[in-house]
Parts: sequence; structure tokens; C-alpha cells
Amino acid sequence: MSTVSGRYAIVGVGESDIGRRLGRSGMALQLEAAKRALADAGLDKKAIDGVITRPSHAEPAFNYSAVLAGLMGIAPSYFTDIALSGAATAAMVLDAVAAIEAGLCTTVLIVSGDAQTSRGGPRRGGAVNWTDDFEKPFGMLSAPESYALAARRHMHEFGTTSAQFGAVAVACRKHAALNPTAVFRTPITLAEHQASRFVAEPFRLLDCCPVTDAAAALIVTSAERARDLKQKPVYLLGLGQGFTHSDLPWAATMTTTAAKTAGERAYAMARLGPKDIDVAELYDCFTYVPLVTLEDYGFCAKGEGGAFVEGGRIELGGALPVNTGGGLLSHGHASGALLLSEAAIQMRGAAGARQVANAETAIVSGQCGVTGVNVCLIFGNHPN
Amino acid sequence: MERPVLPYANIDTKPFWDGCLEGQLRLQRCSACGVWRHPPSPVCPACLSDAHEWVAARGRGTVYTFTVVHEARRGWEKLTPYVVAVIALEEGPHLLSNIVNIAPEKVAIGLAVEVTFAELDGSTKLPLFQPVSS
Repeated sequence: MSTVSGRYAIVGVGESDIGRRLGRSGMALQLEAAKRALADAGLDKKAIDGVITRPSHAEPAFNYSAVLAGLMGIAPSYFTDIALSGAATAAMVLDAVAAIEAGLCTTVLIVSGDAQTSRGGPRRGGAVNWTDDFEKPFGMLSAPESYALAARRHMHEFGTTSAQFGAVAVACRKHAALNPTAVFRTPITLAEHQASRFVAEPFRLLDCCPVTDAAAALIVTSAERARDLKQKPVYLLGLGQGFTHSDLPWAATMTTTAAKTAGERAYAMARLGPKDIDVAELYDCFTYVPLVTLEDYGFCAKGEGGAFVEGGRIELGGALPVNTGGGLLSHGHASGALLLSEAAIQMRGAAGARQVANAETAIVSGQCGVTGVNVCLIFGNHPN
Repeated sequence: MERPVLPYANIDTKPFWDGCLEGQLRLQRCSACGVWRHPPSPVCPACLSDAHEWVAARGRGTVYTFTVVHEARRGWEKLTPYVVAVIALEEGPHLLSNIVNIAPEKVAIGLAVEVTFAELDGSTKLPLFQPVSS
């Protein structure tokens, strides 16, 4: 397992334009992110021989990676789609490393994102979960209700409060105010969070991430090759995936998530622990999720996530800045793809006003299945 | 209570929905290891045996967690605010349902509840839960 740590790197980063109702397709955004990643890496498209995508839900299509490759005019030797919702982009990094390690390709473009607010019809595409019949007739229709059940259970077991969820929302917005590409940049106060209306208790409006039009792309190659390219390599030190459940209602425990095993695996590969991490980019579809992920990644004990996020600890200048670009809550959704690009930008030291000083390591999470599926990545600015 | 979404019974789940029509909360119990399971599955999550029987559960349990949904999706406007809850059944499995016949603000984790069947149309009944009457 430890053999791949530090042997692969991110050499290109691209983000599409980010906004609401941009009037562009998900594919257009993915292509824009891909082109910007190529330019950032200083690579010609012909250098790309691997393509991994997450299919757009706005315009669902089979064989999405093949379609994207065709539109880019490239003929990769390895391409596939990963449909793990919010865990997809992080999972693509695992897949990219595995494919290069297996000798199937050398330089992988991973790209993810969608036009969540520019489609005409219903918000969701054709995909349905096999347990829908036991959820949707009871009005559990979408993400807020599902994650709310877990958040309520966390409050019950550990005394976590709505104000502590609010601290996450405030921190993300504070960081977004320093990020010129973030969609929601007007700072909010805890009082404004507490005054925002309930969506699904205990979640208020400001606990929920908005949907946006956004995409991000990364280019992954070997560390050896990375050292000859234009940008300072961002090394992949730890990779881990974990699973506890695919549907929350039937989870054995709702408050210890798949982040625990994913994090342990990534730390083991990187030979690092929570105390070695300088910045965290944690999937935050709802404020509860980074709070519980901080516990499961070992930054505090189980049940202490609420206290951990208070007092500015997760804000820039605090002990562990979290979601320095604003996260899904304030930067943009892209199913978590922007968390990866932001972590890479932080490792390059190129984040401008929101740069974490002397940051050498970053931990990134992707997750789906209402905390039951987690992918943990540890980035570093040297190969460790 | 009208519902914009009705369950669709497939080959694996039909006995559950047929049980509801007959006023029974019928769940699968593994014939090999005795573990109850829900939602329905062709195999036991504990021992992977496909041998199972459909057994009427007692229909009682406690609220394990819940949310009060305020913001309605299209078609659900008349139902908000409504309570979505995970019920821990006495037999062990969790079931997702609604808590009815109680004000949403009075629902709490640990509340003892029992099943009540709501007729939606001639061919479907939904198992909902209400506070234990006794």
C-alpha cells in the first residue's frame, strides 16, 4: 500500500466559471475546466491518455468519458465514468493512480461538475436508488431530509447544537469572501444563521449548500514526470476509501461515518496523522458533514466535533483551516470537485488572500450515501 | 393523505406491500440464521442465505431519529410540516416512515410508536406510525 505514496502528483488544475443559471451545459463546464487544467499544466491535449469523468445529471448520458474524449479530439488508452455522487471526484484520484500504476496510461484528466441550475426540467435525472420505494412515499425525497436524520442523531448522542452547525456555515462564508471565484461571498453571522428558516429540522437554510453551475478538472501523472512539468507538483501522499452504508435509515450507526476507515487508510499510506495536517477541504453539502468528518478523521474525539468547530478553530488563522475556498456551502457545488482543486492550489501556495501560511499537507474528503461512502485524499507539497 | 409518490412493488418487495394491504407489517426473517431484515433483499445481510420467510412484525418500536420537513418539494406542499422518522422496531430492523397523529414539535427520539396503515388508493397502503395509544 505504501508503495504509491508520493509517487504520483497533480500537475494541472482547472476550474470552470462558477455561478447560478450560467445558461451552459454540464458538458460545456466540464470541457472548460479540462481546457484550463491543460493550460495550467502546460500540456497539449495529446499528452492525455487517461480520462475519468462523472456523468452530468443535467444532461444524463451513458459513456460520458468517451463522449468527453471525443469532443476533445483525444483517444485515451484508459477512460471510465465514476458515478459515486459526491465521492466521485476524490474516487477518480484513486482510479487515476491505479490505472497509471497498472500501466494502462500515463497522464490522466479527471473532470467533474454539472450545470445544476441551468437545466429546464426536474432537478434529478433518471437515476433512482433501489430503496426509493421505502423512502420517497414517506416524503424523504432529497438530501436535506436524509442528512437531517443523521444530524439529529448526533445532537441526541453528543449534545451538538444548531449554533455549532452555524459555526461551519460562518467559516465557509468567511473564506469565500476571500475567494474571487466563489458564488456566495457576502459574510454571514451566527445570528443570521440562527434566524434563517428551517428546511428540514435541524437544518436551516444556511446549513444547506446551494446548487450551482461549476466544474473542476485535475491532471494526475507520475511524480517523476511531474518534476519536468510547468507547475510545482502536488504529491498524492495518502489515498483511502471507506464504506458503512448506502442508505442512512438502515445504517448500523449514524454518527460514525465511512470517513473513519477511509481516513485511517489514507493516513497509513501517507505515514501521517491528524497532527501533521495543515489544511482540510471537507465535503460540506450540509454543515453537519464536515463536523462529523473532523471527528472521524481524528482531529478530535467522537462527539467533540461541535466544540471543535467553534471559536474560529476552523477559520483561516485557526488551528485547522477548513474549506478555505468556501466549500460547497459558499464556493460552488460541483459535487465536491472544487474541494480538490482548492487543496491543490493551497499546496502550491497560490491561494492569495486565503492562503494558509506554510501549508505543506492537505486532507480532502469526498462522500456520498449520506456519510456511508467516503474517499480520503492526503496531498503534500513534497513527496514525504 | 395524498402522496405524490407511491411505492412500486417489485418481485423482492411485493410481500411487504401485500402485507400492508392486509394490515400487517410483514418483514423478512432469515430461515438460516434467524436475523430479521429490512428493506427487503434476496439475501440475508448477515449470512448471505437466500432462504427466508415473511413474518408479521408486532408493529411497535421507538423513534430512533427524525426530521421535521418544512420546505416542500413540488406536490408535497399540503403535507408540510411533516415528520420523517427512522423507527427502531422491536424485532431489530429500522424502518423509515412518518409519525402521525401528534404535533411535530412533540416528537422526540425515544418516543414509543405503533404502526397504523394509511390507505392511499385501492391498491396501496402505507405503514405510518403514531404514538402508542395505551
